[in-house]
Amino acid sequence: MTGVLSAIELAYWQQTTIRLLAGLVAVLLLTGGVVYLYLFKFVSFMQSRLGPMEAGPYGSLQLLAEVGKWIQKEDISTKDADKFIFGLAPAVVLVSTFLMFVVIPAGPNAVMADLGTGIYYVLAISSLSVIGILMAGWASANKYALMGALRAGGQLIAYELPLVLGVLGVVIQAGSLNLQDIVYAQSNGEIFGISAIGNPYILTQFVAFAIFMIAVQAELTQTPFDMPIAESELVAGYQVEYSGIRFLVYFIAEFATAVGFAAIASTLFLGGWALPASWGFSDTAMHVIGPINVSIKAVFLVGVVFWVRFTFPRFREDQLQRLAWKGLIPLALANIVVTAILKVVF
Amino acid sequence: MTAVTDRRQLQQIAARAADARVNVELETEGMTLNIGPQHPATHGTLRIVARLDGEQVIAAEPVAGYMHRGYEKLSEVRTYAQATALMNRIDWLGSFANEVPFILAAERLMDVEAPPRATHIRTILFEMSRIAHLILFLGDMGVQLGAVTPVFFAFRDREFVLNQIEAATGGRFHPYFDRIGGLKDDLPKGWIADTKAVMEKVRTFCDEIEDVLMGAEIFETRTRGIGVIPPDVAQQYGLSGANLRASGVDWDLRRDNCVGLAYPELDWKVWTHPDGDSFARFWVRLQEVRESTKIIDQLCDGLPSGPIMAKVPRIIKVPAGEAWVSTENPLGEMGYYVVSQGDLTPFRVKIRSASFNNVSITPWLLRGVYVPDIITILASLYFILGDIDR
Repeated sequence: MTGVLSAIELAYWQQTTIRLLAGLVAVLLLTGGVVYLYLFKFVSFMQSRLGPMEAGPYGSLQLLAEVGKWIQKEDISTKDADKFIFGLAPAVVLVSTFLMFVVIPAGPNAVMADLGTGIYYVLAISSLSVIGILMAGWASANKYALMGALRAGGQLIAYELPLVLGVLGVVIQAGSLNLQDIVYAQSNGEIFGISAIGNPYILTQFVAFAIFMIAVQAELTQTPFDMPIAESELVAGYQVEYSGIRFLVYFIAEFATAVGFAAIASTLFLGGWALPASWGFSDTAMHVIGPINVSIKAVFLVGVVFWVRFTFPRFREDQLQRLAWKGLIPLALANIVVTAILKVVF
Repeated sequence: MTAVTDRRQLQQIAARAADARVNVELETEGMTLNIGPQHPATHGTLRIVARLDGEQVIAAEPVAGYMHRGYEKLSEVRTYAQATALMNRIDWLGSFANEVPFILAAERLMDVEAPPRATHIRTILFEMSRIAHLILFLGDMGVQLGAVTPVFFAFRDREFVLNQIEAATGGRFHPYFDRIGGLKDDLPKGWIADTKAVMEKVRTFCDEIEDVLMGAEIFETRTRGIGVIPPDVAQQYGLSGANLRASGVDWDLRRDNCVGLAYPELDWKVWTHPDGDSFARFWVRLQEVRESTKIIDQLCDGLPSGPIMAKVPRIIKVPAGEAWVSTENPLGEMGYYVVSQGDLTPFRVKIRSASFNNVSITPWLLRGVYVPDIITILASLYFILGDIDR
């Protein structure tokens, strides 16, 4: 089960430490890469500018400079703020983000905890962040922050549903909640007897994929669903009083969550780390190819998120609620019904 | 019981009902939200005190004056030439357009008339500052609604227009180019051809913004039916410019009361929109930029030769008298009432700026809207703080 690691005979705590460090490095590297690639460069090119060019070759060390700047800043909070909750809120958001990565598989054995209910766990743990956001909004003692937090609460709860219902289609088709099983089901699957590309669920579950990506956009509070942090009206919503390292934590959490959801989307719909079984790669090869494979897919999907983010204006609060309750949820329910019927038929 | 059809009355009834609902029905409590003076949506230091019930505005009151610089008083101790430099800074985005009515008022008092070439160049620069001004609006509207990208296109293409203004006048934002009796300088060599190329770029930008921003469904859902101003209300509050034309009132000083500028001989169109909502205000301004490029093209083609300065004395003493001149500035009607007592300096200058009246409608307009729509409405009314506070 533990594959490579078991060959070296490590104690449980050593294994856990190595896994945690590897996971942390992988998540932070991916997040930093995504921030540089999309937030700094991709968006700059969209907006006919160059983006950072000074720090490092082609501005590639800009993020380190920014982090350095944030860390040096004074830790400020408002006079009436509930200091304890105010400080705890970013941590809650960050923890809920990092816990998401625990079950995302990146190879035959490269998964921190191979839970039987993996996808259920991910969706549950990712919705914890709304508690952190509400804490932040309340503890900031700021009206803008409070409004932003309440909007975020309403929005995240509304978009949890299409997220879960969209995933259900995949779960029905794969017959498992375990993310490894879903990956294997896609790589071993076949389309009408042709197994050349396996059966990535984006082909059969494209409706679920669209719903999932829209809901992810809303869960990440990215434009067009960024009403909670609308910078032109609520300034930054629940983040308005945060500065320095606490803001950095929110920043990391935002982009790490984007990477996390993109990784889950690529696991559910694009085949995850696996290549189609018919291509005949051994498990040993997949130990190397797998993480790269899933990273590329995830980074691509984050790109889609950012592409949308910097293209559209934002919905008003009532309009985005209407989209969730009247549009996405019925569509997701219909998708579940159709999937279930077809699952029985075939 | 007769049905209430008057929209204002209906709104007041709704507002009263909203007032009553707070604290009674759900035991909720209203909240006063200070939007500004430091807020990204207020373009400077406008403050809006909004009384909210949840996300709905019960009452909103604009508080101006945080940027009052006393230009009317300052002009009383400056010569006409010096005061012109102040006028530049009233509406800092359309700065050349502010000089023109002031200079025209002084010219009227002195009974001088600028030569035709000066008038034409004035009109070109006037329209250029309008384009530079409204291009920024077209991008900024996107930012206020959450679309960050269009504003970068706006800044990119506005730069071309500013370059042309700089090439002609030496100043990007504050040209200070208009003189009593004409202009400071003639146009530089090759400027006309460059300008026509820039106008082509501006037209491309208009198509682009129509495609990128106005074509987005979310933009329409956010702006259609938001902040509707009926024509009679618009007139009662003294709105002017595109805000008035977007309410369906066909009124443009360039066409209806053109003083000292070269508009009557040109072929162009005044656009109006029947809806009066935020979308209409955006649409009208977009069309206005297109019309301005057409105006500039025609002026460039038919630029008369001759002097750019009429015969005026070196030291200007304006004869005693009073004059009122207003022009159709990028933001709306801008006028100067100049009283002279025959001195080197004006005795009194009253500035009528468009934004002050355009913002005065906000208490009426913001009743009952949602917080995000405050931003849409403020963005679509389009004011410049310097123009409100002077």
